[in-house]
Amino acid sequence: MSADQIRQVIMKILCRIAPDNDLTALKDEVPFREQMELDSMDFLDIVMELRKLYRVQIPEEDYGFLNTMASTVQYLIPKLQTATA
Amino acid sequence: MYDTIIIGAGLSGLAAGIRLAYYERPVCIVEKHTTIGGLNSFYRLRKRDHDVGLHAITNYAKPGTKTGPLSKLLRQLRLRWEDFDLTPQCGSSVAFPGVTLRFTNEFAFFEQQVAEMFPSQIDGFRRLVTQIQQHDELNLANRETSAREIVRRAITDPMLVDMIFCPLMFYGSPTAHDMDFTQFVIMFKSIFLEGFARPHEGVRLIMRKMVQQYRKFGGELRLRSGVKRILSCGGKVTGVELESGELLEARHVVSSAGSAETMRMCDVPPPEQEPYQPGAVSFVETIFSLDCMPSELGHTETIVFYNDNERFVYDAPTEPIDLRSGIICSPNNFQYATPLDEGRVRITALANPDYWMHLPPDEYVAQKETWTKRIVESALRFMPDFRSHVVDTDAFTPRTITKFTSHLNGAVYGAPHKIRTGTTHLENLFLCGTDQGFLGIIGSMLSGITIANLHLLKPDS
Repeated sequence: MSADQIRQVIMKILCRIAPDNDLTALKDEVPFREQMELDSMDFLDIVMELRKLYRVQIPEEDYGFLNTMASTVQYLIPKLQTATA
Repeated sequence: MYDTIIIGAGLSGLAAGIRLAYYERPVCIVEKHTTIGGLNSFYRLRKRDHDVGLHAITNYAKPGTKTGPLSKLLRQLRLRWEDFDLTPQCGSSVAFPGVTLRFTNEFAFFEQQVAEMFPSQIDGFRRLVTQIQQHDELNLANRETSAREIVRRAITDPMLVDMIFCPLMFYGSPTAHDMDFTQFVIMFKSIFLEGFARPHEGVRLIMRKMVQQYRKFGGELRLRSGVKRILSCGGKVTGVELESGELLEARHVVSSAGSAETMRMCDVPPPEQEPYQPGAVSFVETIFSLDCMPSELGHTETIVFYNDNERFVYDAPTEPIDLRSGIICSPNNFQYATPLDEGRVRITALANPDYWMHLPPDEYVAQKETWTKRIVESALRFMPDFRSHVVDTDAFTPRTITKFTSHLNGAVYGAPHKIRTGTTHLENLFLCGTDQGFLGIIGSMLSGITIANLHLLKPDS
């Protein structure tokens, strides 16, 4: 999966977790928390959705990589290399 | 073999079930009763639909609100705001001798009421509100502390202290006289800062949406399936034995049956019984169907919390019922687009569980009638006389609550000591619901979600 496709996947997940947020203006370099009302329950959901969709395992110590859209995509590129969008 | 068996199809069990089913865990909810609901259920009697438990849904938030418990739980359950059809209240009050404080879903109005009725206390009240807003009530590591001590430091007039405690205790205190501060904060935010709402259809709609969502994600629900024993081996749960004798295997069991009630089901009891004492606070509720709307009689308030005594006493009374205080709820008095079909008044008062549990059957019916009359007479000091308009009456007692929910003593708010992390003496047996400690309709759902997230869905679990 390409970086662009991974970004699309994350957008889809965010849309599911926080349907009331306007995601069109989301800035990739700014932490999600500063742009959306996300709490720890929501971050767990991002991890769980990725596991459900692509069987990706994200250990708790790696949650820090899910800080921004850019860092999330970077972190997932090797993990989703063989996955198809 | 199930990933998880959940005991009890109330709101907390269903919420936990939705989370697990959504993430493709094989999950089964087993419910003893013939229908779902638990402590917030419903029934049909003489062609009339009634709600049990729910007077109003607390924690109201307007559509589009992104923060707070209601939006948090809707997101977690993948439900839309519209699913619960929440209609805000008209306005409620706390009525004490000589003073009435009104409140709506706009907190500024309540604050102004306090400033008008208790001018010397308003600064302390505002300090208390700030402290409440800053307290993280969902933090599972909070220690138990006396709410009365904290409130008394801010507010010196004992009547105002009691008037604040009255609705919070009536709607969610498992303990007599005082509350744990975290519990107090949960209730204060849910009632005064957020407020009341109700679906036009009542609790049935909430329950139906929850079950639909659970089934849509693949969850299994078995009614008439009481658990006889929770089976374990070497400190780990292996499954449950149903009352029918059927054995169900599971990797985890989550119980919403109550802490003492769950421990009684375990084949290996906990090393210490002391943390698992059942609650002792219960209620009698009387329900009146009217031939007119309550507003036509001049009763326009959603909920009235009343108390005629100098001090408000919240405890199991020595008498069968404590007639000094109570709650008057009219499900008609919400801002619906179309009115409900029929006028209803529900009056609830503290009851002595022992008395109602041990009456012989024939006397039980007679006493229910006698005390229903007395409750009404007491409540009529705080509302117009509606007795000539009554077309049907029903009442339930601690005995009814125990019969249908299996909660000991009919204790609707469960055990005095909450087990907030939900863990037990068995490493894969967890508690959710009333005895986990997030109370109220919204709280109970958050309880199921929290326990499912914390113990069952974390990637390493």
